[in-house]
Amino acid sequence: MKPIQIQTTVDDHRIAKLAAFAIALHMVEAVIPSPLPGVKPGIANIVTLYVLYQYGYAAAAWVSILRVFASSLLLGQFLSPTFVLSLSGTIFSLGILWLAFKFPKKYFGPVSLSILAAFAHIAGQLMMVRLWLIPHAGVAYLVPIFALAALFFGLVNGLITSKLLANDGRKMVNNE
Amino acid sequence: MLVLNFLRYPKQLINELLIGDWLIIILSLVGIFYLFQSLWTSEHAARVQISVGNKIYATYSLNQQREIHLHGKLGDAVISISQGRARFSQSPCNTQYCVHQGWLSHAGQVAICLPNQISLELLGERKLYDSLSY
Repeated sequence: MKPIQIQTTVDDHRIAKLAAFAIALHMVEAVIPSPLPGVKPGIANIVTLYVLYQYGYAAAAWVSILRVFASSLLLGQFLSPTFVLSLSGTIFSLGILWLAFKFPKKYFGPVSLSILAAFAHIAGQLMMVRLWLIPHAGVAYLVPIFALAALFFGLVNGLITSKLLANDGRKMVNNE
Repeated sequence: MLVLNFLRYPKQLINELLIGDWLIIILSLVGIFYLFQSLWTSEHAARVQISVGNKIYATYSLNQQREIHLHGKLGDAVISISQGRARFSQSPCNTQYCVHQGWLSHAGQVAICLPNQISLELLGERKLYDSLSY
């Protein structure tokens, strides 16, 4: 019988390292108490955005999805509602990032992408909450609060990412 | 460290933002303001419109004391009107979401009982939604 061997590439190792960074930030954030469940800074998204600019969309998507799965396993939330919300938010924000990364870079920087991704994240989560966890029209009352938090934290995360990229010398990745 | 740097040099922070970034921030603020306006302010309702199935059953003034007995798909439901408010007080459905929603008093509020196919919507001076349907 032939032993199963997995060939790993340099890219795989890099994605693993970056995902580990994102997971670490997620763990740090899990300790910070939040005034309202769901309102979180989302600092792990800084890593996603950074990877998007430095290594392209595919790497960013990998890092982001790996982070959701691994963090939920570490926190004991795998397949729980928290995990489902996290995953749906992440899928939505990856969707919007795919679109927004095609915007002209001259006018739209990491801050734009960060804010849009934050909105998409909260939209994905609230949709899941409305459809599955709390099937009640009252969920709509929370939308403005979550949107405001998304704008604020999206802005802060975007600025940090933009600063990180500037420090590292921005390697413009062509999406084509 | 990075964040502290930002606090020290606020001007640097502004320089990071491109025209598109400003556009998105401003549009978001306007959007959020609009969300607060539309979702968090509501006028008192004057009338309640009751629908059974896909038909409007009747519209009553909220300015009265009244109990309305209705026959839905599952059975009999009771809607109460009192002191400018309305609610489902009895429903034959399993989930009882409609009953637990309690008293409604603001225009645009709705209580929908999907299993029994009865819904009530409070109406104000202007309509918040064009239509609601199953």
